[in-house]
Amino acid sequence: MSLKEQWIALMTIVRKEIKRFMRIWTQTLVPPVITITLYFVIFGNLIGKRIGTMSGVSYMEFVVPGLIMMAVITSSYTNVVSSFFGAKFQRYVEEILVSPMPNYIILMGFVLGGVARGLGVGFIVTVVALFFTDMEIYSYPVTIGIVVITSVFFSMAGFVNAVYANTFDDISIVPTFLLTPLIYLGGVFYSIDLLPDFWADVSKINPILYIVNAFRYGVLGITDINVGWAFTMVGIFTIGAFLYSLHLLNSGKRLRM
Amino acid sequence: MTTALSIQQLTKIYGNGFEALKGIDLEVEQGDFFALLGPNGAGKSTSIGIISSLVNKTGGKVEIFGKSIDTDFSAAKKELGIVPQEFNFPNFEPVFDILVNQAGYYGLPRTVAIERAETYLRKLDLWDKRFEASRHLSGGMKRRLMIARALIHQPRLLILDEPTAGVDIEMRRSMWSFLRELNEQGTTIILTTHYLEEAESLCRNIAIIDHGKIVRNSSMKTLLSQLHKEVLILDIETPIQTAPQLEGFSCELADEHSLEVEVAKEQSVNELFSLLTAAGIKVTSMRNKSNRLEELFVSLVKANAA
Repeated sequence: MSLKEQWIALMTIVRKEIKRFMRIWTQTLVPPVITITLYFVIFGNLIGKRIGTMSGVSYMEFVVPGLIMMAVITSSYTNVVSSFFGAKFQRYVEEILVSPMPNYIILMGFVLGGVARGLGVGFIVTVVALFFTDMEIYSYPVTIGIVVITSVFFSMAGFVNAVYANTFDDISIVPTFLLTPLIYLGGVFYSIDLLPDFWADVSKINPILYIVNAFRYGVLGITDINVGWAFTMVGIFTIGAFLYSLHLLNSGKRLRM
Repeated sequence: MTTALSIQQLTKIYGNGFEALKGIDLEVEQGDFFALLGPNGAGKSTSIGIISSLVNKTGGKVEIFGKSIDTDFSAAKKELGIVPQEFNFPNFEPVFDILVNQAGYYGLPRTVAIERAETYLRKLDLWDKRFEASRHLSGGMKRRLMIARALIHQPRLLILDEPTAGVDIEMRRSMWSFLRELNEQGTTIILTTHYLEEAESLCRNIAIIDHGKIVRNSSMKTLLSQLHKEVLILDIETPIQTAPQLEGFSCELADEHSLEVEVAKEQSVNELFSLLTAAGIKVTSMRNKSNRLEELFVSLVKANAA
């Protein structure tokens, strides 16, 4: 396919993916916004007032970046895992597999769909957060950079999950038993400085800790970890996920008999 | 003559060790209307799956209009349209979007895609359903939508895997006429079907596959000429109680209003009618007991099993 044809094919998948999550917006856009708003109200506002400050800022200001990131991560992941698994389950993935599209275009199309939903939900949650606290962005490049790269990484992770999934249960196992605990233990609600040394060290093997702290640094200018190291780590994970996803498509594992 | 599809020594062994294809060789010329027949599990769908890249082959070569599916993947796929056996639509998507998106996957600009979607939806009587979600279509409409989707990028080779399964006779005939027209316009068509009268009526050449091997590959005419005898059913005007003795013909009474007569290839039907007239039996209508291709197909598959 020529470059122009590849671009048309890519935009076709992206448009289709955006249309899909917009068509079912009550399932894709509203629930994460309601959930995160409840977090703002309960943890940020009601309980947060009694907690006082954390890392030198009010508790509400402290939790907002983590909660935005939580929405971006879960939305990006869920979009790709449910969309690609749905295509596999109903067999319309075959429409794409029989076409002349290169595999990297297929992957990029689904990933960009996940990024669109992740960033869309992140934007809505940010707007809601402004009702609870003032946000002055400390570093735009860090904030935008980390949110985009995180969304790309978790979209790819969702893709890998969808390729391996055989049932609808399989697409909820990772978000429920892996992603949610990692997010909750990834410094969204607390600074790891509060933990005993041992648990603070254990927390450092959780990649989401780096993501949340890098984003918090971008927004507030405070972090528990080195931001450069956070970008390096997420970047390596993203490249790894891209190569592995592409390998799955090239080998046809679980997609072609 | 250009070769539309060339398959050489194609093999497929599934993960469980089942050898679905045992070194198939097949060539289909450009412009042909070709039947690929075989009993269930013979290897037809596996072959089509490999050609369309939905199944990974174990060995062998496949070329579509001289383009290898291994080394010239993208160009080969542009030449091919596939109508699968099972429905594989996004259930919630409108009919029109399904076609426009499929065109997009082939890199067609949106304006061209919209134009073509309208053309094919009108040709296949689906234009009124363009805004309906595909799950609301009847079985016959879904089959036609799959044909429209396979044609949206105007491939030179169209493969249809049991396209008329579950379609009523009127719709089947209209699909036959559409496919004939398409073939006359230059599209090479390969068809698998369990309706053998469909293959006999549409196709010029035929391959029969069984247990992963091609057991016969010839023109339809040549194959049918190998039929040694036919059984004719004759409906008679006056009821009779016993079958008449017709010299040289084996004749049985099916019921008091019809006879079953075996006619060998070298015998003439005129001779049969002379004998019936002499016996005072008036024939009101006549038909084949079973489809001619069906008889050959069953005998070939039986011989292969033996």
